[in-house]
Amino acid sequence: MTPEITKDSIQDLKSQIDTLQQQINQLRSELSSIIEQKDKVAIVVFSGDLDRVLASMIIATGAAAFGKQVSVFFTFWGINAIKAKRKLNNKKWHQVMFSLLNPSSSSQLPVSKMNFFGIGATMLRNMMREKNVSTLEELMKMAKEIGVKFIACEMSKDVLGIQDEELIEGVESGGVAYFLSHALNSAMTIFI
Amino acid sequence: MSQGNLSYNLLLDVKGLSCPMPLVKAKQEVNKVSSGMVIKVIATDKGSLKDFQGWANVDKSIELVHQATEKDQDGKEIYVHYIKKK
Repeated sequence: MTPEITKDSIQDLKSQIDTLQQQINQLRSELSSIIEQKDKVAIVVFSGDLDRVLASMIIATGAAAFGKQVSVFFTFWGINAIKAKRKLNNKKWHQVMFSLLNPSSSSQLPVSKMNFFGIGATMLRNMMREKNVSTLEELMKMAKEIGVKFIACEMSKDVLGIQDEELIEGVESGGVAYFLSHALNSAMTIFI
Repeated sequence: MSQGNLSYNLLLDVKGLSCPMPLVKAKQEVNKVSSGMVIKVIATDKGSLKDFQGWANVDKSIELVHQATEKDQDGKEIYVHYIKKK
């Protein structure tokens, strides 16, 4: 027994197909946004310690090599890692003090443990050189070459009185919304 | 995976470099070549064996054709990776 084919039943089938088609299209677009998310990595560098910033740069370059779009946000002490030079003009007195008490570039960063007024950091750099491990500066250069985005926190810059001329080249600025728009669309967010 | 003389289009020497540089340099070469080409990477970093496996697992634009541990003239271990751009 075959069911009777009527105009109504054909119409009914057509509308069912249309509904399914719509659902498939919706799922497709959801899927593509999930796939896009999997392609992004967001990293916050809050710390200005050499060892920690190194870890962030190794993960950033590694993820970029994996084909991910990587954004690194430097905030608070982390800003020290993207400084190029110290400029004291246009700063208030406490900003001047802060600037003088903080490293003037990535080469001056301390280590998080056993720093001993910089001896620890120098020792670590020497040990890494012996093992042919890239320096922080080489890693940062490589990161930029391979497409890693560096973003400086606007608010930290403002509070600490850090001017764009003090930062290395190729650094954008952004606020928390800029960071969140990256992080919320990323498969992985790391806070260092 | 067959042992022996695999053919390749490009040779990348990353001897002496350590994590994550072998990977990053290899990726830069992958970006330059056209699809179907094979790059032979020679490294001294032991971790590169696992690194390249992990890379091939995640990055769908490449395929790890072959890996081998060999010895250089001085008897030092070198790690050879063949990656193909899909």
